Amino acid sequence: MGYSLNFSVVWRNFDKLWGGLVLSLELAVVSLAIGVVIGLVLAVVHVSGGRFTRMAIAVYVEAFRNTPLILLVYLVFYGLPQVVDLRYDATTSFVATLSVYAGAYLVEVFRSGLEAIPRGQIDAGRAIGLTPAQRLFHVRLPAMIRITLPALSNTFISLFKDTSVASVIAVPELTWGAQWINLNTFRIVEAYLMATAMYLATGYVMLFSLRLVERRFRVGRNA
Amino acid sequence: MLDAMIYALPFLLEGLWITVVVSILTVSISLVAGLALGCALVYGPLPLRLLVRIFSDTIRGIPILVLIFFVYYGFPAIGIDFDSFWAAVTALTLFKTAQVIEYVRGAVASIPRGQSEAAMAIGLTFSERLVSVIFPQALRRFLPPWINGVTDAVKGSALVSLLGVTDLMYAINQVIGRTYEAMPLYVLGAVIYFVINFSLSTLSRRLERRFSFVQA
Amino acid sequence: MNPPLLTIRDLRKSFGKTEVLKSVDLDVGRGEVVAVIGPSGSGKTTLLRCINFLEAYDGGSIRIDDSEVGYNDARKRRGERALARMRAETGMVFQSFNLFPHLTAAGNIMLGLTKVRRKSRSEARDIAKVWLERVGLGHKADALPSELSGGQQQRVGIARAVAMEPKILLLDEITSALDPELVGEVLEVVRGLAAEGMTMLMVTHEIAFARDASSRLVFMADGAVAAEGPPADLIASAEANPRLNSFLARFRASNF
Repeated sequence: MGYSLNFSVVWRNFDKLWGGLVLSLELAVVSLAIGVVIGLVLAVVHVSGGRFTRMAIAVYVEAFRNTPLILLVYLVFYGLPQVVDLRYDATTSFVATLSVYAGAYLVEVFRSGLEAIPRGQIDAGRAIGLTPAQRLFHVRLPAMIRITLPALSNTFISLFKDTSVASVIAVPELTWGAQWINLNTFRIVEAYLMATAMYLATGYVMLFSLRLVERRFRVGRNA
Repeated sequence: MLDAMIYALPFLLEGLWITVVVSILTVSISLVAGLALGCALVYGPLPLRLLVRIFSDTIRGIPILVLIFFVYYGFPAIGIDFDSFWAAVTALTLFKTAQVIEYVRGAVASIPRGQSEAAMAIGLTFSERLVSVIFPQALRRFLPPWINGVTDAVKGSALVSLLGVTDLMYAINQVIGRTYEAMPLYVLGAVIYFVINFSLSTLSRRLERRFSFVQA
Repeated sequence: MNPPLLTIRDLRKSFGKTEVLKSVDLDVGRGEVVAVIGPSGSGKTTLLRCINFLEAYDGGSIRIDDSEVGYNDARKRRGERALARMRAETGMVFQSFNLFPHLTAAGNIMLGLTKVRRKSRSEARDIAKVWLERVGLGHKADALPSELSGGQQQRVGIARAVAMEPKILLLDEITSALDPELVGEVLEVVRGLAAEGMTMLMVTHEIAFARDASSRLVFMADGAVAAEGPPADLIASAEANPRLNSFLARFRASNF
């Protein structure tokens, strides 16, 4: 109505969006990887740790799950350098924030995964004479990864969407790319239409490929 | 540092008020819309089910931040004009509605088929089965995740500051712009958000435990 | 002789490509207690579910008191309300009890009485009390299903069905989900109902019970009635029917 779409400017600046999408994916992958390490370590510590450790982990989990991501992003990028003597760029700052944020969700995922392992499997590991460490690495963790795979892929897709928040500290990811086109060409509707389509398409490709991976794992277990 | 906080407090309270208003509007409108569309997804005719499914999957596939910009900049282009406040509420409501739809679907799907059949067997009609048998049970499964999901609305509402809506997040940044005391204010803001959301998620967990008797 | 209460002729039902009921003919007279036995997959449960129209059937007819179950004279599926009224005339007790977990024992029984039979709450409550008393659970009226044992839940399930005063009671393997020591209390209730003249059609694996409590045994195999008759006669004549014979052989060792 009174507005005609014109995508030519968007195509001319498509490298901004494409580069942004690639960076979004990189941010999500790196944050997921670090988040998984944080989550795994803390989940194992939580299961075997004493009351004080459990409490400390709970505080971390609840603090990050109940605070808006955008506030955490600001806090780490603008706030933290005021109190600690560290210099970092926006991208590093965002990856650090999203990783710790992801870790808080993944601790819970892994913890419930560890608890969901049938008792018999651990007993079987004990019965064939595995040490506690061997049981952890050869019985509990592999079993847990299978149980938590669907939750892991959901977390990955959420993280990918969360990378859009990086635009508020000018990390040149996909949403920032759309904003750049908007500021420089004023073709705002086209820019966001295209960015939205790219988020959706990437999200669906991720969803379907992850479901395929999950199915393979399930078949592997049943066979 | 304490001075900065005392100076900031009235601004933050004003911002908090807007955050609460945005959240309440979002949560209540999305509840009504989500319940209706959720029922349509479960019981509606195929074309309607398909439409709701596409709506929900699409909305859930878009980052909230992008959704907010999209509504704010995109809707005026098709002739729907609203100020930043209502654009923000609309975008957050779309996002929450998709969530509520999935909660409804999950809650109804979790009720065993035998419940419907037993209700059929004593002669209840479709609507009587819904009202007397399905909904009372579905409600107990719907409520805990829904209350927990209210935290998503509160957290998501922080993004509306990007449209210039003067919510809590906006107020924090505004005060920092004047005092340059970033860290204490961000921490203070985080604590405020935390208190709200932690109360909600604790309530959700409590309800879940209370309702666990129907899990049989 | 009175016409039978339930008349089934050439009943057919398929799930996809699997023909579960090929052609079932069966009559049940007023006050009769008929037990259906047979190997699993023979279509017993599907038969019961068709009679209550929990499953729509593909061909043939089911008539109760001379009106067709589920379909009108033009063989069109009846409307929602007509179907509901029809189902209220046939009581059903399920293998997995299917009590409403959010309602008390009395509440489970009262639901149909208030919504379908349009009785007042106090009247419905009195009826519920009477039936709970009858199944030996008068003291459990305000208990939630989760607070009852399996046997108690199933007795509430029976009370819920009979309180509606159905013309016929359908019992679908009602003791299969119960621990062995709880089976007796449920069968005792069924025996009592039989003695009072309640018309019943039951699918069961309790062959000994079927033999003692029913007036007629129906043996189903491969989606059709393969043999039927008074329990004693049918069992005595089993030698002549290889399929029935091999089915009963499994039980002879223990139950007979």
